[in-house]
Amino acid sequence: MKKRKERIDRGIKVRSEDVFAVCSWREMLYLSSPRWLPVFIFLTLPLLLGPYWQKVMLSVAVFGLLAISWDILAQTGMISLGQALFFGMGAYCAGVMNHYFGISPFITLPLAAVAGGAISTLLLLPVLRLRGIYFSMVTLILPLMLVRVIEATKIFGGTEGLSGMTPLPSIWIEIYLIFGVLTAALFGFRRMLTSDFGLVLKGINDNDRSVTNAGINIYWFKIQALFIAGSVGAFAGAFMTHVYMFVGMPVFALDYSILPIAAAVVGGPGSLAGATLGACILVPLSEVLRGIGGLRIVFYGAFLVVFIVAIPEGLFHYAQRKYHQFERWVEVEK
Amino acid sequence: MLAGTAIYAIINSVILALMAIGFNLTFGISGVANFAYGAFYVLSAYATWMMINLLGFSYPVSVLLSILITALLGAAMYRFVLMRVRGQALSEVIATFGIGLAVLELFRYFGFVGFEYNLPVFADYSFFIGGAFVDMQRLLIVAIGVVLVLGLWVFTHHTSLGLAFRGIAQDERTALTFGINPDKIAMLAVAMGAGLAAVAATVIIPLGTISPEEGYDVLIKALAVCIIGGLGSTGGVILASFVIGFAERFTDSYIGSHWTMIVSLAAILIVLAVKPSGFFGKQKELEERI
Repeated sequence: MKKRKERIDRGIKVRSEDVFAVCSWREMLYLSSPRWLPVFIFLTLPLLLGPYWQKVMLSVAVFGLLAISWDILAQTGMISLGQALFFGMGAYCAGVMNHYFGISPFITLPLAAVAGGAISTLLLLPVLRLRGIYFSMVTLILPLMLVRVIEATKIFGGTEGLSGMTPLPSIWIEIYLIFGVLTAALFGFRRMLTSDFGLVLKGINDNDRSVTNAGINIYWFKIQALFIAGSVGAFAGAFMTHVYMFVGMPVFALDYSILPIAAAVVGGPGSLAGATLGACILVPLSEVLRGIGGLRIVFYGAFLVVFIVAIPEGLFHYAQRKYHQFERWVEVEK
Repeated sequence: MLAGTAIYAIINSVILALMAIGFNLTFGISGVANFAYGAFYVLSAYATWMMINLLGFSYPVSVLLSILITALLGAAMYRFVLMRVRGQALSEVIATFGIGLAVLELFRYFGFVGFEYNLPVFADYSFFIGGAFVDMQRLLIVAIGVVLVLGLWVFTHHTSLGLAFRGIAQDERTALTFGINPDKIAMLAVAMGAGLAAVAATVIIPLGTISPEEGYDVLIKALAVCIIGGLGSTGGVILASFVIGFAERFTDSYIGSHWTMIVSLAAILIVLAVKPSGFFGKQKELEERI
């Protein structure tokens, strides 16, 4: 007797899809709790943790932002292997503004986000006409080569980097600022991607030639997506500059390219929430594994392979399915 | 000075071409961008080193064995990982990148770094040509590079397996109707690419030392050459490696060694801005790149 697995939407999901969602608290809770849960956790968790794990939470948020930035690009059909480009650009912009001109962090952060995003977009402009892995190849190369450029030209402190940035006034401001930005990016860009604008972006991923056929200039939309993603990544970089009070060549390191991809792949590519979830899992995990040092990157690599081959949907989509549907075994009809 | 620089530029170009040709072969035939390429390069060098120094095999035996092992590992990677995600470019890239990363960082973790990790040169004497000393190893690299390129050309144009390779590259489904198994050929292509990486490592590593960094370096250089030349075109790869090779060597001699990377970077960006498909990347321009 052969059996197959049948998936059926839960009754509460069907009920809460329509205007009936407002008919009872239960339905409203069903709809809103997945959205409120991360916000609630981000608000309360810092209060419960010690200083060390608060710093880890900063990394979680920073890598969450980088993963979101990766996912926005991925949903537009641009697979970036070099998130470190955005991160490093933002970090250097903030570092230069603060170090040479003494501008306050509250002004350098937004400025560096915009400037970093713009510079990365300009650097990637020649590549924009490439698709698929051609784009990936160039993004992989760019940050690694920029490191050499800084080394060779000795600009911005060369190999020594710039230090002595102004830190943000307190750890609480740091935490709630970065988590505010993370939440805003998560929900804001999720909404953006479901709007008409986001539809065009996703269309470019699915079939760019038919989007061109519809009379839409895909390069202009790709530029916009690149700028948005670049700015998100650059903000993360600028923020880290002020937290570490240092900017140098390590900001272009491979870590900042790999971990966001790993986070997005583990969490579930194609959804910003998945990317954030992945960062929330991988970054604390890597802190726990800090003792094994360089082996961490080996684990990221292995994670990438296992998830992409065995669980390509990622954790978020799996959880989402369990939340909305139940499964049962039924007999296969002859 | 000029003649010497030119000679070293030619050698540098051949080295670049050797590094890129395996990557290019795999991509051109199977469409798999093997981001674990640098890992295979380093892996084969370490394998040779271990066989010579730990197991006490003779040099030719260890070289042949390590080339074989690397090719087998390439085939295994295709069979057990890539075949499951075939055709999804994103997944292929991430999977091979993950594998490459894991292998390279594993070597770094176990501390395989230092001057003692080196391969022997074939012959240890040098010539005086055109105002510069050129050692035998570098001349041999040029010879092997030329032989390899010619051999590959003969292989892909005059043997049935090579023709099957090109058939898959042109149209997988039509090739299928002629009884060519695309999965088998693609597996062979990945294996051959890995094997070529091993050959490149065998001849190039003696000039320096083996280190995980070398893996990233080779991957970057192979990518740069392939992007400029136009992926999947052997002529483009050779031309591109000569462009980059000469540019690097001449900036090295006349401006400063730190600037070589900047020249390659500028070359990539300019070529892509002017001609997004690379020098000879015409074949699949419309479908894949733009």
